[in-house]
Amino acid sequence: MEITRRDMFQMGGKLLVLASVGATLEQITGAEEPPEAYRMADHWWGMIIDIDKCIGCGNCVRACANENGVPKGYFRTWVERYEVPEGYANPKVSSPDGAINGFPPSKETSLKSFYVPKLCNHCADSPCVQVCPVGATFVSPDGVVLVDKDYCLGCRYCVQACPYGCRYLHPDTETVDKCTLCYHRITKGLTTACCENCPTGARQLADFKNPKDPVHEFLRTNKVTVLKPQMATEAKVYYKDLDGSVR
Amino acid sequence: MGNLFRDSGHLIRPALVLLAGLGVFMVVRQAVIPKAFGQYGHYRPGAIDLVRRHPITYAGQQQCAMCHEDQAKVRAEGRHAHVACETCHGPQAKHAEDGSNLPKLPEVATLCVRCHEKDAAKPPKFPQVASAEHSGGMACNDCHKPHNPHL
Amino acid sequence: MIPGVDGFMYPNEIELQWSVLIVLYPFITGLVAGAFILASLERVFRVEAVRPTYRLALLTALAFLLVAPLPLQLHLGHPERSLEMYLTPHTSSAMAMFGFVYLWYLMIVLLLEIWLEYRADIVRMAQTTQGFTRIIYKALTLGSENVSPAARAIDDKVGYIVTVIGIPSAFLLHGYVGFIFGSIKANPWWSTPLMPVVFLFSAMVSGIAAVMLLYMAAMKVKRRPINMPCVDTIATYLFYTFVIDFTLEMLDLIHRTYEADESFRSLDFMVHTRLWTSQVVLQIVLGTLLPLGLLAANQLWRFAAERRRAMYTAAGCLTLIGIFAMRWNVVIGGQLFSKSFLGYTSYKMELVTREGLVPAIALMLLPFAIFFVLIKLLPPWQESEAHKA
Repeated sequence: MEITRRDMFQMGGKLLVLASVGATLEQITGAEEPPEAYRMADHWWGMIIDIDKCIGCGNCVRACANENGVPKGYFRTWVERYEVPEGYANPKVSSPDGAINGFPPSKETSLKSFYVPKLCNHCADSPCVQVCPVGATFVSPDGVVLVDKDYCLGCRYCVQACPYGCRYLHPDTETVDKCTLCYHRITKGLTTACCENCPTGARQLADFKNPKDPVHEFLRTNKVTVLKPQMATEAKVYYKDLDGSVR
Repeated sequence: MGNLFRDSGHLIRPALVLLAGLGVFMVVRQAVIPKAFGQYGHYRPGAIDLVRRHPITYAGQQQCAMCHEDQAKVRAEGRHAHVACETCHGPQAKHAEDGSNLPKLPEVATLCVRCHEKDAAKPPKFPQVASAEHSGGMACNDCHKPHNPHL
Repeated sequence: MIPGVDGFMYPNEIELQWSVLIVLYPFITGLVAGAFILASLERVFRVEAVRPTYRLALLTALAFLLVAPLPLQLHLGHPERSLEMYLTPHTSSAMAMFGFVYLWYLMIVLLLEIWLEYRADIVRMAQTTQGFTRIIYKALTLGSENVSPAARAIDDKVGYIVTVIGIPSAFLLHGYVGFIFGSIKANPWWSTPLMPVVFLFSAMVSGIAAVMLLYMAAMKVKRRPINMPCVDTIATYLFYTFVIDFTLEMLDLIHRTYEADESFRSLDFMVHTRLWTSQVVLQIVLGTLLPLGLLAANQLWRFAAERRRAMYTAAGCLTLIGIFAMRWNVVIGGQLFSKSFLGYTSYKMELVTREGLVPAIALMLLPFAIFFVLIKLLPPWQESEAHKA
């Protein structure tokens, strides 16, 4: 079924109205979760990243920072440039300011080089959620790892437990912050800010519970991996053509 | 037996202190614990709403195309077909809401080279040039029209 | 080029999250656990020689236990929310469960044992003092002034049971801290099943050394003779515990070096560069080998009492420095290297900020202030009557 622009607009408008009614209701009656078009049980979110398409422009990093008010010097997403030397020794890796302004041209000559965008992997068996002492971070019913900034103590145990380095302490709220998979967007039928602004389509939002989502074909036809599979975190960000030298 | 009871009677007192403390804790807990905590898991369900309430900054290219159909058509015919409008024009949710919020046009000097400056790490088939040699100081859009950059 | 960074770190890893306050915390709880184990030596294992330090050890443990949560509170982004750990503890989190272990240990083990031990003195003070101090002692009696021999015998029995329960509780108190680090699979410097055991034994070492030093210092201040058999026995236990602790740490090192997994090169380089002074010089050489040597010498040869005291004092101080260095190397060291194994950052310890050096020093001095108040309130010098019997 083709979803037209008008449908999108109408759905967006309806969701907006419902959400605001719901929010008002919650204020008045203290009720949680008013009925609305988005049902968490119908979705299981992740992302697919095609390394061969990433050009290291850093648009995703900028878009994320704009959309989510990410403080300067901290990163909900970032891009790394790998330069693998002859002999496949330790790669030379850089991420100047998270690649928010792209990369300066490299003077190195190496065996091969490529870009790797990284973000929170929204692990289904998340070690960060496991260690939170109070339940301020959690996996939502639709598979997104979120932080409750009104409940977080700022102990940073989760920051230590994340194998991927995707969490940080927000300097203003003094609570832990991280990629939310643009939850406020994807629950309204939009895509994440990073995927929206990726010019080559290297990053794509994936909904594993949607039978028509391209992720199924992507996983079936390509050689894919997650970052640090040995950590057994059930990461949900799948990389196509990720080289073994990537850390 | 009576003696034993009398001589160990003082042990009741720390026990009572402890029980009193436990009682106070249970009362405080009932009052202070967030309602519906644990509904979906070990967290406040209100946190999900809190995250969802975050304002939207990027409108999304489908929104742009609703008013700017002609630019969308030009773009669809060229190599920038899959480059979202806001990738170059910046976040435009405010503009989509109220058209009089005019967006600032992007700085060509820095914008185009971010994607198209030649670099060994970029996929070889991706169009990239050493900008200093390529344009001889001219701005990119002196020759290439951004919506459809084909010459 | 990012200042302080060599090689590559994930962008969010560059700034250290856990500061010197988090180094202080396991050091303090370690002193608590160790002091308590020393006290239990006399109470449960009937090592008569160390009886002069029994009450002192309990008060030391209490003074440090009261201060233990403070570095954590200072470190939290939102200390006002810390009650949440008791309201909605996440049972999969070692940190949350630790809150209850701490409470259990404070209330059921330490406070109860101190109350039972001191009850006779408290009642006597309540009856003989005046004014404000009288009110305090009266409150401490919890309303019961029964100090008949039968009642005191019951106190002794119950105290014994509390100490028996207290030993595994003390193990749990500090073993848990080790588990908090050891269970983090993301960090290979921390992730080892040996971590709780190493923490526990190093805690015992630091606690025993601290009580030994405090005893000798207190006797000097009060101009009383130092009971040499007591101190010799403590030094012997310190020696044996230290040997076990050192063995465990060397086992970890040898195991890592032999297996040489993916993290080894990066960690090895870190130890040889950024951690050289704190790990090799302070922790191993000055903080372990030297005191072990001093203590071993006293096992092999008999020195004059004055020389022994000097050696014990030196060994005790070096031990405490070494155990502090060990906490530093675990906490700070675990954050100095990148989880990509491709880079290193630096720890910029500030001075007067919330997590700076000055608050850290203040927090280290505070237990001594509390200890001073405690020994005035509950003098450890007279032993309870039931205890002597």
